Amino acid sequence: MRKKLRRVGPPLLLLAPSLLLLGVFVYGLIAANFQMSFTDNHTAAQATGQAPAAAVWFDNYTALLATDAFQHSLLNLLLFTAVFLAGTMAMGFGWAWLLEKPVKGEGYFRSIYLFPMAVSFVASGVVWRWLLNSNQDEQASGLNRLFQIIGLDFLQNNWWNNVTFGIIAIAIPAIWQLSGYVMALFLAGFRGIPDELREAARMDGATELQLYRHVLFPQLSPVALSALIIIGHMSLKSFDLIMSISKPANYQTKVPAVDMYVFKSSFDYANAAAVGAILLVIVAAVIIPYLIHTHREEKR
Amino acid sequence: MRVNRKSAGAVASAAVLGLTLAACGGGDSDEAGSEGGADQVEVFTWWAAGSEKAGLDALVGVFEEQHPDIEFVNGAVAGGAGSAAKDLLQTRLQAQDPPDTFQAHAGAELQDYIDAAQIEDVSGLYDEFGLTDAFPPDLVERLSTEDGAIYSIPSNIHRANVLWANPTVLEDAGLDTSAEYEDLDAFIADLETLDGEGVTPLSVATTWTQVHLLETVLLADLGPEAYQGLWDGSTDWESDEVTGALEDFETIMSFTNADRDGLDWPEATQQVIDGEAAFNIMGDWAVAAFEEQDKELGTDFVAVPSPGTDGVFDFLADSFTKPVGAPDPAGTDAWLETVGSLEGQVAFNKAKGSIPARTDADPAEFSEYQQTAIESFANDTIASSLAHGAATPVATLNAISDATSKFTTGASDLDAYQSELAAAAQG
Repeated sequence: MRKKLRRVGPPLLLLAPSLLLLGVFVYGLIAANFQMSFTDNHTAAQATGQAPAAAVWFDNYTALLATDAFQHSLLNLLLFTAVFLAGTMAMGFGWAWLLEKPVKGEGYFRSIYLFPMAVSFVASGVVWRWLLNSNQDEQASGLNRLFQIIGLDFLQNNWWNNVTFGIIAIAIPAIWQLSGYVMALFLAGFRGIPDELREAARMDGATELQLYRHVLFPQLSPVALSALIIIGHMSLKSFDLIMSISKPANYQTKVPAVDMYVFKSSFDYANAAAVGAILLVIVAAVIIPYLIHTHREEKR
Repeated sequence: MRVNRKSAGAVASAAVLGLTLAACGGGDSDEAGSEGGADQVEVFTWWAAGSEKAGLDALVGVFEEQHPDIEFVNGAVAGGAGSAAKDLLQTRLQAQDPPDTFQAHAGAELQDYIDAAQIEDVSGLYDEFGLTDAFPPDLVERLSTEDGAIYSIPSNIHRANVLWANPTVLEDAGLDTSAEYEDLDAFIADLETLDGEGVTPLSVATTWTQVHLLETVLLADLGPEAYQGLWDGSTDWESDEVTGALEDFETIMSFTNADRDGLDWPEATQQVIDGEAAFNIMGDWAVAAFEEQDKELGTDFVAVPSPGTDGVFDFLADSFTKPVGAPDPAGTDAWLETVGSLEGQVAFNKAKGSIPARTDADPAEFSEYQQTAIESFANDTIASSLAHGAATPVATLNAISDATSKFTTGASDLDAYQSELAAAAQG
């Protein structure tokens, strides 16, 4: 017993502060958030304890999920995530594939593609708000004006002001910003594959297509999975980009994170907490299988 | 290697612990040493730039003359037309770390703070400073809650129902350049004329300015009494009169610029200044935008009551409160005294472009536009602004904004909009 304590004790003591902090400030606060979401704490008076708040368990969740407004937000989130994921993966992989063969000025291209990631979402949002101006024809500016100049007038549209698909317009700057990162991931993946493998495959008479299909892609799949998870959870959390292009009250670009903000500023803490909890569950649904998967990989 | 890792871990946890302790200690230190007598006052506002900053500076100048022994601490938070400040304020009040006084729109927007017992009744100060007689009775009545308590002292009055017009654009379209309208029908007829001229008939910006427009339309069609009834429950939101007003709102919105949701009010007003749009309905703070660009009232721009609201003063006011548990209550009282005083109000409003809440200020000290506003404020019927927190609590306004955005982007029809508004007003 004593020996065991001596062995486990010091490391545990060292870890204790961070475990404690993590316990309180991450898990404790998550628990507090869930607890808040199970109450009917919808007014400023209840938030400060001036009026009583009662437990209503899942009422906030069922009520929220039943409203058209919140379903619209969830649908927006789904659309945004789908386009953002597909866009960054396609662009990122494309660029990596082009740069994978030794090209002249590769470093130069790499920096250009990677550069947008250095800009914050808020800063790029301000620029993209102007680029995605919804005015058309005579009053057009931003991208719509560009389309006019190059004679592609039919491409003009009202961007993020479209009720159903407006959110996809906001995925464009998000793709612009993160494809470089996905490219870097894929490029690292490509570089990690020894040349011998390719040569061996070619020696065996594999065509280029077969080479990619059977030799390169299998080795890139862990990279692709990481990229998917990173982009996927970023998209679920995206709030700053949407807020800096659009406004919190704009119906066309509402996502759950924006709803959470609006509820919070209306002193409706219970609904804000419920939206937060729903977001947490969605993110967990993406991340946890990934964690299990990597854990298994490491064990092997 | 093992030792290294261990010591690194120890250093890291020590650092984390130290930071935590520092963070815990930080809050207490500024509260220390201020028992009883006031030596400072922290004034929390979102007046951090432009004419608002100039107004605050002028007010501080008067404060320092009146109370030279109290130090003014500027707690201004910039950004987002006050939304960043309101967020921070909410957090600080929740954490029971209030500033000595904070800026808030007078009227129903204070209701949340009152319900949460976060601000104190200052009606005693009204008697002490003689404000009950200095402010118009209409205003005092609007500021008081049902049981006669008053929770803030207004520093200025703004008018929300102002129609701004570019006379050159109107002239080119063959319209009357004085731009005064008895009712909305005459206004809509002119919007139609302008629509054929290749200009935006009426410029508008993002959701809150659309709510602002809605408010002036409701005021025009229902009249000030029935409009006021919308907020106390005596006017039925589902009535035909409201339907008629919403139909007018829909028609008027169809004459506005397509990129409205991406703009804020200065950009919409700029369209009128530049002659890209004929009209804009915005509060009287817009006068600063015209004057900054050397535009003359009467020749370069026209400012009249918004269509159908002549004789009504749709008011909103910035005001200062006394938070519960303010660290320097004596400092708060001193600040509130300056805010309510004649010198304070004159200095502040000359710089900010709004008008004093007091009726005893000399109009001759103010600009031409302000003089007309002072006159209307003294004589017109006063209505409370919806978009600026005078008429409803924040939650109701947020719900109305959501419904309005949904309607103006085309995601709901008029019926749905009307029932959503009714539901929002129900709370």
